[in-house]
Amino acid sequence: MSAADATVALRDPYHVGHAGESQARGHGAGGPASKRIVVGYGFWLFLLSDIVIFSCLFAAYAVLAQATAGGPSSKQIFDLNRVAIETACLLASSFFCGMASIAVAKRSRLWTQIWLVVTGLLGLAFILLEVSEFSALHAQGDGPTRSAFLTAFFTLVGCHGVHVSAGLLWLGTMMAQLFAKGFRADIRRRFLCFTMFWHFLDIIWVAIFSLVYLVGTKL
Amino acid sequence: MTMNTGHAEHADDDGDDHVPQVSTYLIGLTLAVLLTVASFWAVNTHLIYGPGIPVALASLAIAQMGIHLVFFLHLTTAPDNINNALALAFGLLIVGLIVFGSVWIMWHMNYNLMAMGHPM
Repeated sequence: MSAADATVALRDPYHVGHAGESQARGHGAGGPASKRIVVGYGFWLFLLSDIVIFSCLFAAYAVLAQATAGGPSSKQIFDLNRVAIETACLLASSFFCGMASIAVAKRSRLWTQIWLVVTGLLGLAFILLEVSEFSALHAQGDGPTRSAFLTAFFTLVGCHGVHVSAGLLWLGTMMAQLFAKGFRADIRRRFLCFTMFWHFLDIIWVAIFSLVYLVGTKL
Repeated sequence: MTMNTGHAEHADDDGDDHVPQVSTYLIGLTLAVLLTVASFWAVNTHLIYGPGIPVALASLAIAQMGIHLVFFLHLTTAPDNINNALALAFGLLIVGLIVFGSVWIMWHMNYNLMAMGHPM
């Protein structure tokens, strides 16, 4: 049996089924995939559909970036220092979220809560910086109604901000559930989805800070 | 929930034995920081030909997204993960169609309308 397995592994290292029956789970003879794999796949499909929504907002922004209607251009209102701090906050937050997932895999209640608090505080710092940027723009009359460029900018970056806020709410809920219910299988699957969501938010932010803020200072 | 269903659920949940490594996240963080610093550096450098800077920034951004996918989201082509990679490929196709399609079409419309408004 093990010799046959070894032969299959040699001829078909990724278990795509080109070497007869694969013994991997979720591939015919291997039986159904584990619940954790299926849940992760379903949530990944949701995240991809969310990426499609963001791609529509990116496309709208790319089309309207020059349509300033006599208002300020991207070069005049973007503050790269603030963007650098926001980027650092979100990247560090994503890293500590990974630390939390290691703590969950090792069943350490204390470290799970500690890393999640750090993750949440960094996410909160990001949101506060973004709110201060938006309210400053609004106060000087450059709100979303000023020009098509600003409408597209507030919609795209604001949509990401709403996602991060929802993620913070989810993070608080996860901390409470991990505290009250412990490392039950269903709670761990929920936590897996949360970590995927949080890393996904950082991926969207990479696109925003590069293609909106950094390119915007060059336009 | 009774203890029984709890056990049943635990029994069919097996994908969790694999503990992610701290080193994986540290490598990912290091690479992401390097690429971020490179992006912020690229904006103000004179080493890159000016009109090429947006392309450089887009390349750095795509590279960093790849780093995040591999080291933070642990996307691989392992047997239990191949469906995720295929779904990602389809998602990228849709994103490419939407972004490049929109920019391409709108650029042509602007171009044509400009010619009508201000004949050259």
